[in-house]
Amino acid sequence: MRDTICFTLNGKPVAVQNPDPTLTLLNWLRQTRSLTGTKEGCAEGDCGACTVVIGDPDATPTWRAMNACIVFLPTLDGKTVITVEGVAKDGKLHPVQRALVEHHGSQCGFCTPGFVMSLYAHYRNDGAVDEETLNDILAGNLCRCTGYAPIIRAAKAMYEYPKIDEIVLAPAIKQDTLALTMTCPITGTMKKYFAPQTLDELATLYGEHPNATILAGGTDVGLWVTKKHAVLETLIDIGRVAGFAEISQDKTGLNIGAGARYAAAHAALGGLHSTLGEMVRRIGSTQIRNAGTIGGNIANGSPIGDMPPPLIALGAKLVLRKGETTRRMALEDFFIAYGKQDRRPGEFVESLFVPAMDPAARFAVYKISKRFDQDISALCGAFYVRLQDENVTEARFAFGGMAATPARAKTAEAALIGKAWNEANIRAAMSALAQDFTPLSDMRASANYRLQAAQNLLWKFYLGEAAPYLARGVNHG
Amino acid sequence: MVKFRGVPHDSAHKHVTGEAIYVDDLPCPPGLLHLQPGLSPRAHAKITKLDLAAVRAAPGVVCVLTAKDIPGANDVSPTGTGDDPIFAVDEVVYAGQAIFAVAATSLAAARHAAALAVIEYEDLPAILTIEDARAAKADLEPEQLMFMGSTEEALRFAQHTLSGHLRVGGQDHFYLESQAAQCLPGEDGDLVLTSSTQHPSEVQHLIAHMLDKHSHDVRVHVRRMGGGFGGKETQAALIAAMTALATHKTGRPARLVLDRDDDMIMTGKRHDFEIDYKVGFDDTGRLSGIFLDLASRCGCSMDLSAAINDRAMFHADNAYFLNNADITSRRFRTNTVSNTAFRGFGGPQGMMAIERVMDAIALHLGKDPLDVRKVNLYNKMGRDFTPYGQRVMDNVAPQIIEELETRADYAARRVAVRAFNDSHQYVRRGIALTPVKFGISFTTTFLNQAGALVHVYTDGSVHLNHGGTEMGQGLNTKIAQIVAAEFQIDFAKVKITATDTDKVPNTSATAASSGTDLNGMAAQQAAQTIKTRLVDFAARDAGCTSADVVFENGHVRAGEKNWTFADLVKAAYMARISLSSTGFTPRQTFIMTAKSISARRFIITLTGPRSAKLRLMC
Repeated sequence: MRDTICFTLNGKPVAVQNPDPTLTLLNWLRQTRSLTGTKEGCAEGDCGACTVVIGDPDATPTWRAMNACIVFLPTLDGKTVITVEGVAKDGKLHPVQRALVEHHGSQCGFCTPGFVMSLYAHYRNDGAVDEETLNDILAGNLCRCTGYAPIIRAAKAMYEYPKIDEIVLAPAIKQDTLALTMTCPITGTMKKYFAPQTLDELATLYGEHPNATILAGGTDVGLWVTKKHAVLETLIDIGRVAGFAEISQDKTGLNIGAGARYAAAHAALGGLHSTLGEMVRRIGSTQIRNAGTIGGNIANGSPIGDMPPPLIALGAKLVLRKGETTRRMALEDFFIAYGKQDRRPGEFVESLFVPAMDPAARFAVYKISKRFDQDISALCGAFYVRLQDENVTEARFAFGGMAATPARAKTAEAALIGKAWNEANIRAAMSALAQDFTPLSDMRASANYRLQAAQNLLWKFYLGEAAPYLARGVNHG
Repeated sequence: MVKFRGVPHDSAHKHVTGEAIYVDDLPCPPGLLHLQPGLSPRAHAKITKLDLAAVRAAPGVVCVLTAKDIPGANDVSPTGTGDDPIFAVDEVVYAGQAIFAVAATSLAAARHAAALAVIEYEDLPAILTIEDARAAKADLEPEQLMFMGSTEEALRFAQHTLSGHLRVGGQDHFYLESQAAQCLPGEDGDLVLTSSTQHPSEVQHLIAHMLDKHSHDVRVHVRRMGGGFGGKETQAALIAAMTALATHKTGRPARLVLDRDDDMIMTGKRHDFEIDYKVGFDDTGRLSGIFLDLASRCGCSMDLSAAINDRAMFHADNAYFLNNADITSRRFRTNTVSNTAFRGFGGPQGMMAIERVMDAIALHLGKDPLDVRKVNLYNKMGRDFTPYGQRVMDNVAPQIIEELETRADYAARRVAVRAFNDSHQYVRRGIALTPVKFGISFTTTFLNQAGALVHVYTDGSVHLNHGGTEMGQGLNTKIAQIVAAEFQIDFAKVKITATDTDKVPNTSATAASSGTDLNGMAAQQAAQTIKTRLVDFAARDAGCTSADVVFENGHVRAGEKNWTFADLVKAAYMARISLSSTGFTPRQTFIMTAKSISARRFIITLTGPRSAKLRLMC
């Protein structure tokens, strides 16, 4: 067992013994290292002002833009960390920096280090510079001054500048398991952190510490610390468990390890259906997709998590493990009530199985949110039907944001089973959907809006991908 | 030649390397205290119990500040209305109002301690919306009226009349750098503040007032802000005042950088409006007259609401001749955060009103909205007076709209949009071409003044300081260019320094789109004063007339003589000529009496049209 984390910071090795397990990278950089180029804009992973780049030969992509405000320091063990201070070399600006200066990409400058680092990660990954790609990789960086146009112009030009020497990627080194302890000087709490390296080790540790918080991407747990000021006594970081992030595919379907990040699973999920790929893209910014995991989105049981509705509609199965024992269940059965999942003490989500798409099936998922990118859904609707001779033989309509858990619209489904796939029956199912849900009104949407939008999403699903092009006054049945 | 175009922002290099320093990036001075305010979760309530014992006893806490610690005025109201307490006493009037602040040895300790306060409340009726306030007649100040001609009569004889209502929402500024300030103790109880503010002089004056000190005891400087957008015009004072109070009480440096959530809860936003209109017009859509009622939610205090609502009235014509107008403005007090300056300062809300009217008329008559806009534009004689009595001069709106209409091929696009909408069921397209006329000047006359300070050193380098603040708009770059051009020296020879109440006193806020014009003129004047001295010296030395002295490319020629700028400066110094000067611009404006809101309000009106196209999936 080790009590010291080691990583490289801007090319130089760093070792920190028993740090506070929930000390954020941002606070450590600014307060301990006096590296104040990385800014705090929101402390919740939304604005991107704190973006840094983390290099990891085992990750997809290798160079990840991450929000330092919600990255806990111990998770950096073994990584290559680069901040805005490390990008220029010997007083010479990096091409990304030169492009931003010469295209007037900064005004007040406070968001600029974050933009530099998002572009830097993209540059190191040899990313494309078409407008669509750039809009996506910068969706997690807010700027209030420029209107973005000069930043996009700079990004398009970044490969045109002469290359400079880059910080090299530190190789992955096999080391002992990390186990940290420290006492919080303010609350007096004894804090522990473990980073198991195998599934067996994880199962044993979690069995010994069933009240521990399991830390995956930290895109939610990070906010418990920065916003709710929660004191987490024991953390088990699943980020180094071998094979836990694996994604494999065969004829029967897709197996996704619970530790797989959105960024890594994006291509495989997009391969199942294009709307699912778009949903993953819109679930969060590049920084969030580089951190957050599919397993985390499921395990934390949020009623507005975006992954459960499409996965339920697709008939996904969940594999849970406790000690040596694993059990398998339909994903929808995992969610019992608000804040309550079918997970026993010491039991954790191990993997997810998504069956292969049936050629006779139709599927789509839609996300409705106030902001197009990087926003929490007002509602999310996913639809799966199987048709035989134009009759519906199977239907699964799953929604987020409509109830206390991700939930199926079983009355609406029943209204269609065995019926013809036509306008009249869809309209009837839309009416039936009103009996499935009593949504809440909150700042994201009113109850009426949610219900009407949910019904209309079913209509949109019926119209299919041609909806935007459909002509007026034509019967679409 | 001095380069003017394409010059990067003076801090661009520092922005991209992370070297540009904002308040929270300053090295921590020894003994630095970190502050965390404790906020009311109630909109309107009596404080029945305030027990801060646990806060005081928490680890790392050095002191807890409340209104009782304030020796002078418990107020940061910008216009002397006395209704913006730093800490609430006995009663809270909005959710997010500060009741106390903890000063501790670390930010984590301060935040942990602040959560330990035991506060009990007795809720009082809260006015939250404009509708509530109208019903309760909760006006912050009397209704304002602006009129031109006889609207009543115009509407009686109008071919058509329409009435309607619209709601314009508020916004948070979301400057990326949240509100921040740091205070250092000086000799004799003096205080030195670094504040992220658009208005350092106001922060200085309010802190002196709070501590019962003189303004000369308090120094405020601002190198840059991480965005302001109006949100740091008055709102920064509260944050700076808390740090000053902590330093005053403990003798230690203090810093307060608001958490984003606290910033959004505690500080003011754009005024939301409820607007009612009744308009008369003819078959072409041309207005014969309009009744407009602009009601806004000002929040719990006056702040800048008077000037903001005035500006909404001044922009309710946008670029159109209203013919006869009767514009009323209600400024409502509510139990919500006090709304404040925000990009456009009420102007956009006024413009929204008249633009909606244009669209409503077009819809009613079945006309293209652009045609309705065009027949209503300010034009020549007789159709060139605003409702506030200013003649619209140099009006280029008709020409530029025509040019844009042609260049953007508006007509053809409009036909295509219609065809698309006629043939598609679920997607709607739209196109609009809209003018904007915006008045540039503070509507509060005395604020139209600025000062600058220019030093020329004997090596020919120039130190420039002015009363404006840099928040990303490139103000410093522009003003350095003005000074470099005056001396005909390289831009790099002019060093821009942090705005500082020690260098230029009694400044106005950097606001009202006036920063460059006001401060640039002051800096130019300061440079010209020095330049005149140098010209006289050079002419004397060369035995020629002043008219023969030429500044060019870093050199100065006079008759037969030719110096580098640095050599001339050195020689002037040896001849005991002053190489430092202040500059001052009192901007010409017309005096207005309080009763009539009519006169020449704006020195410059900018006009710019914009065309936009959008697609809506419904």
